[in-house]
Amino acid sequence: MAGLMSGFGCFTHAVMRAAPRSLARDALRSGGQEVDLLKVQEEHEEYASVLKHRLGLEVLELPADEAMPDCVFVEDAAVVCGDTALVSRPGAPSRRRETEAMKSALTELGLNVVEMTDESATLEGGDVLFTGREFFVGLSKRTNQRGAEILADTFKDYAVSTVPVQGALHLKSFCSMAGPGLIAIGSSEAAQKALKIMQQMSDHKYDKLTLPDDSAANCIYMNLPGKGDVLLHCTPEEFPESAKVFEKLKDHMLIPVTNQEKAKVDGGLTCCSVLINKKKNI
Amino acid sequence: MKMVVCHVTLLDGSQFSCEVEKRAKGQYLFFQVCDHLNLLEKDYFGLSFKDNAEQRCWLDPTKEIKRQTRNSQWQFSFSVKFYPPDPSQLTEDITRYLLCLQLRQDIASGRLPCSFVTHALLGSYTLQAELGDHDPEEHRLDYISDFQFAPNQTKELEEKVVELHKSHRGMTPAQADAQFLENAKKLSMYGVDLHHAKDSEGVDIMLGVCANGLLIYKDRLRINRFAWPKILKISYKRSNFYIKIRPGEAEQFESTVGFKLPNHKAAKRVWKVCVEHHTFFRLVSPEQPTKTKFLTLGSKFRYSGRTQAQTRQASSLIDRPAPYFQRTSSKRISRSLDGAPVVNVSDYSQAAGAGENGPALELNSDSKSPQVEVVEKPNADAATSIASETAFETDDASERKSKLRVQGENIYVRHSNLMLEDLDKTQEDVLKHQASISELKRSFMEATPEPRPSQWDKRLTGSPATSLRLQAQGSLEEELTSLFLSKACFSGLAGSCSTAAAPAEASQGSAQPEVPQKSPPHPGTDSRDASQSTEVKPEVNGQPEVVEVVEETVVIEEVVKAKPKSPVPEASFTIETEVKEERSLSSDSESEEEAEYHAQPPSTSVSVQQIKEEPEEEQEAVLTQQAPPPAIESQPSAEAAEPEPAAEEEKAAQPREEEHTDEPPLTPDEAPNGHAPQHQAPPTPQTAAAEEEEPLIVNGSASRLETDHLPQVICCSEPPVVKTEMVTISDTFAAQKTEISTKEVPIVHTETKTITYEAAQLDGNGDGEPGVLMTAQTITSESLCTTTTTHITKTLKGGLSETRIEKRIVITGDSDIDHDQALAQAIKEAKEQHPDMSVTRVVVHKETELAEDDD
Repeated sequence: MAGLMSGFGCFTHAVMRAAPRSLARDALRSGGQEVDLLKVQEEHEEYASVLKHRLGLEVLELPADEAMPDCVFVEDAAVVCGDTALVSRPGAPSRRRETEAMKSALTELGLNVVEMTDESATLEGGDVLFTGREFFVGLSKRTNQRGAEILADTFKDYAVSTVPVQGALHLKSFCSMAGPGLIAIGSSEAAQKALKIMQQMSDHKYDKLTLPDDSAANCIYMNLPGKGDVLLHCTPEEFPESAKVFEKLKDHMLIPVTNQEKAKVDGGLTCCSVLINKKKNI
Repeated sequence: MKMVVCHVTLLDGSQFSCEVEKRAKGQYLFFQVCDHLNLLEKDYFGLSFKDNAEQRCWLDPTKEIKRQTRNSQWQFSFSVKFYPPDPSQLTEDITRYLLCLQLRQDIASGRLPCSFVTHALLGSYTLQAELGDHDPEEHRLDYISDFQFAPNQTKELEEKVVELHKSHRGMTPAQADAQFLENAKKLSMYGVDLHHAKDSEGVDIMLGVCANGLLIYKDRLRINRFAWPKILKISYKRSNFYIKIRPGEAEQFESTVGFKLPNHKAAKRVWKVCVEHHTFFRLVSPEQPTKTKFLTLGSKFRYSGRTQAQTRQASSLIDRPAPYFQRTSSKRISRSLDGAPVVNVSDYSQAAGAGENGPALELNSDSKSPQVEVVEKPNADAATSIASETAFETDDASERKSKLRVQGENIYVRHSNLMLEDLDKTQEDVLKHQASISELKRSFMEATPEPRPSQWDKRLTGSPATSLRLQAQGSLEEELTSLFLSKACFSGLAGSCSTAAAPAEASQGSAQPEVPQKSPPHPGTDSRDASQSTEVKPEVNGQPEVVEVVEETVVIEEVVKAKPKSPVPEASFTIETEVKEERSLSSDSESEEEAEYHAQPPSTSVSVQQIKEEPEEEQEAVLTQQAPPPAIESQPSAEAAEPEPAAEEEKAAQPREEEHTDEPPLTPDEAPNGHAPQHQAPPTPQTAAAEEEEPLIVNGSASRLETDHLPQVICCSEPPVVKTEMVTISDTFAAQKTEISTKEVPIVHTETKTITYEAAQLDGNGDGEPGVLMTAQTITSESLCTTTTTHITKTLKGGLSETRIEKRIVITGDSDIDHDQALAQAIKEAKEQHPDMSVTRVVVHKETELAEDDD
C-alpha cells in the first residue's frame, strides 16, 4: 500500500476540452496576436493524441462551448490532488462558467469534488503548483488570497504557500514540475524571484531546471507504469535553447509537444488538461 | 518534608499519580513518569500543565514544581514536546508508540489537520496496532466506534478505516505504528507549534515553530518561513516578538521582523519555544560543550536539555531488550481526549522551562537586555558578534552539522531589585518600612557607579545548581551578591532596638552587630583586604566599591514590624551579603567570549527588576549561539556565556545605558555606611511623612515611566533571571517564614517599581536630614572561598534609632562554586543569626575582571 504523498506524477485519466471557434477572436490574451484557430485545433489534437496513444491515459474530452472562448484551458477550472478535486472560481469573469462542465466530469470520475462557493474567492489552476509535497499558489490577477485559503482547506495534508506573481498571467506561466523534487523555472527576473520565494517557504529541497525561456518552463511531468519518467515539453522550433536543456534529461522519456499557437493566448502545456490518478494508492 | 501528590495524565489517557516533595523540581516528577513508562528516549517529551489563564505551559524541569504551577492543581499531562522529524530514527518501539499516542490525540483534536483519506489511513494503522489483523468474525462495524480517528468522525470515514484495516493483515503493532508515523510525519502541520499573533499591520496571523524554523501563517496559508539558518536573533519585548533576519544575497543589511503577541507572556512563550526548538533541532554538539555552556550561562533562557543529536547519540547506546508494553485500546484514548486538555494551538507552545533534562535545561532569560537575541555564530573564534553574524552562513546542508550552541542568553540584568514586603503592617510600620525602602532605593540608585566595562551577570536561579556554574569567560567574572537584611523594629527606644539587633548581629563570624559604638560609619575598613582579591577590598569597604561592581542587584525586602506602637525608635538592620564570584580566567575562554560578545561594551547600567507575581517572567532574554568553539569552552563554559550576553546587551540596548544613568546611585549608598542611618531613621514625623509619600509618588511615576519609556523600563524591570532568584530566596525564607513570603509577593511588585524609578527622582527629594551616626562597626571573616564583611551602623535620627547590618559576602572562585547555593546559604545564615530581623534586600553582584581593575 502506498503511503501518503507517494506516487507523484502517476496519472490514469485526463480531462480536456475542445477549442471553440470563438477562441481565435475572443480568448483573453496579454499580447495582441492573431490566432489561427486551425493551428490551435491541430495542436490540441496532437496533445490529446500523445496522452491517449503514447501514454495510454484515458482522456475525457469535453465539448467546446462557444460562449466560453477560453474553455480549452481546463486546468484553470479545477485542481485535482489524490481523490479530491477542487472546482475553482476563475478570476476572469468570462471564465466562471467553465467550471460547470468540469464539475460534472470530475464527479463522474468519482472524485471527491469540492466547490469554491465563496464569492470573494478567485483561483485559477494555472496558479497552483503542486510539487508532490506541498502547494504553491500564485497570487495573481486571477487568484487571490481567499482562493488560496480554500485550496488549503481542501487539501489539508499539505502546506499551502502563497507566491506573489508579477509580470505573468499565472504562476505556472514560468514554472512547473519537471520531476519529483525538480522545478522547471524560467530565467526571467520574475520567475527567479518567485523561485526564491518558493524555496524560502518550503521545508523541502527542490532541484531546479532553469530554462532560458519562461514559457518553456511550463511542461508536464508524469510517472507512468512501464514508461517511467515522462516529460512533455516545448519543441525546438519554439524554444531551441530551452529544448536543449530538456534534452539533457537523460532519464526522462522526452516528448516535445507543439504549443505555439495556444501560447498566443497565454496557454501553456499544462493548461490544456487536468490530470487525474484514479488508481487507488490508498 | 511535605509531600504532594501529583497527577499526571499519560498519553494513553490513564492517570499516573505519585508523591513528590513539595519543593521538588519538575525534573523529578518527569523522571518518575518516564520510569513508570519505562521510557528511555525522554528528550522528546515533557510535562505540561494549564496555567491560570488556561494556557498550556511546559513544566520546567529545573525549577520547582510549586513555583510553576502556582495556584493551579498539581495536574500535569505527559506530552511530546519535540516531534522528531524522522520517527524511524527513534531507537525504541515504545518511544514510537508514545509518539503515536500523541499524534492520535493531535489528530482527533484537530490540532493536526489532515484530509479524509489521511484520517482513514492513519486510523487503519491505529486499528492494526491495537487490534491486530482484521477479524471479520470479531470485528463488526461497531468495533471501531470507540476509536476517534478525526475531529468529526463520519460513518463514511469509519467504513474507509475498516476497509483499509483489512489490507494491513500480517502487520505487527510495531510495524503499524511505524507506518502510522511515516505518514503522519509528512503532514504539513506535524510538529508545528502554533501561536496567535498579529503582524506589523495588525493582521491576524499564526506563528508556527517547528524543527526547521519559524513559519508564518495567515489563516491556513503559509505566507512566510524563516529557517533557523536565516534567523540571527530572536527576541521579545513586552508583547512583541522579533526575529532578526540574515541578509539575503542581494541585501546588505539584516532586517528585523516584529510580531505582536496577545500579551507579554505569550511573547515570552513563543520566544522560549523558539529557543528550545532551535537548540534541540539545529544545534549539534558532539563534544557536549553545549551542555556545559548551557549550564554556565547566567541567563535563564537556555535550553539545557539534550539536543536531538545528543539524544540520538544517547539512544544509540541503549542496550536493553525491547521493553514489553501494552498498547492500550483507543477507547481510553478517546476518553482521555475528552477530558484531556484540548490544547489550543497557541497554547501548545509554551515552554515554561527549558528543556527536560537536568541541569542543562535551564534557559537563561535575563531580561535585562531589552531584546532576546539568538546569535548564531560560526565559530567561537569569530571575532565580534557582529562580524560573526554577518559572516555566518550556514547552508542547509551544513546546518545540521554545524555546531552551534546557544550560549544562553546574553541578557543581563544589571541591577535587578527584588523586594518582598511583609503585608502585615500597621500604618506606622508601613511608613517606616517605606522609609527604609526608600532608603534602600536610594542606596541602590546612588550606589550605582558609572557604567563599567565589567560585565555583570546576575543569576540567582531557582535551581542553584544550574545557575551556579559560571564559566569565566576568559576574564574574571565575579558575582557579587549582596543581601540586605534589614529589620525595622519599632521598639520604644533606640537603645533597646540596638540591643535587640545585637543578637542578630552576632551572626557571622566576628561580626557583631551590636557594636553600635563605632561612630565612624565608614565601612571602608580593610577587612576586606583579607578577601582574596583586590576586589574584595572594595567590597568590603564598602559599599561604594560594591556599587561599582554590582551590575545586578536583587533586593529582597522583608520588613518585619515590631509592634508599631512602640514609639520612635526604629532600628533597622541591614545586612548586606555580597557574594562575589571570581571565575578562573582561561585565556581561551576569554577570546571566545569576546568574539561573541565583543561588540558589546560593558554596560554599566543598572536594571531594576520588578518582582511580579510571576517571578518567572522575563521580559527580555538574549540568546546567543556560538558555534562551538571547541573544547575550550567546556571549561569556562559558564563564564564565557555570561560575558557574551553582557556585551550583546550593551550593544543591543543603548537604552540600558540610559537606565544606568538613572540607577547608578547604588554605589554611593552602599559605600557610605553612614547613608543607611540617615535614611533609615526618620527623625521627625515630617520626615517620615515625606518618606512615605515618596514611595507613593515614586510608584505613580514609575508606572507612567514605564509606559513612556517602554524599552528602557522593560529592560530593567523584568529580568528573567531575577525572578528566578527571587523564587529561590523566597523559598529559603519561606521555610522559615511562610507567611511573609506568601504575602509579600504582591507588594513587592509595586515596591519594585518604586525603587526602579526612585533612583532618578529621589535625589531631588532627599530623604530628610542625615541622622546622627551613633556607631559603626565592620567585621570581617573569611572562609575558604568566601569573605564576609559585616557592617553595622546605628544611627540616631530625631527620636528614631536605626540599626542596620549589612553583610557582604564575597565568594571568589571558579565555576565550581554553586553561587546560588552560596547565596541561599548566606541568606539562611543571616536569617538564623538575626532571627528578629528581616532581610530587606539582597544584592547580587557579579564582577568581572574589569571591575576589579576599576576597584
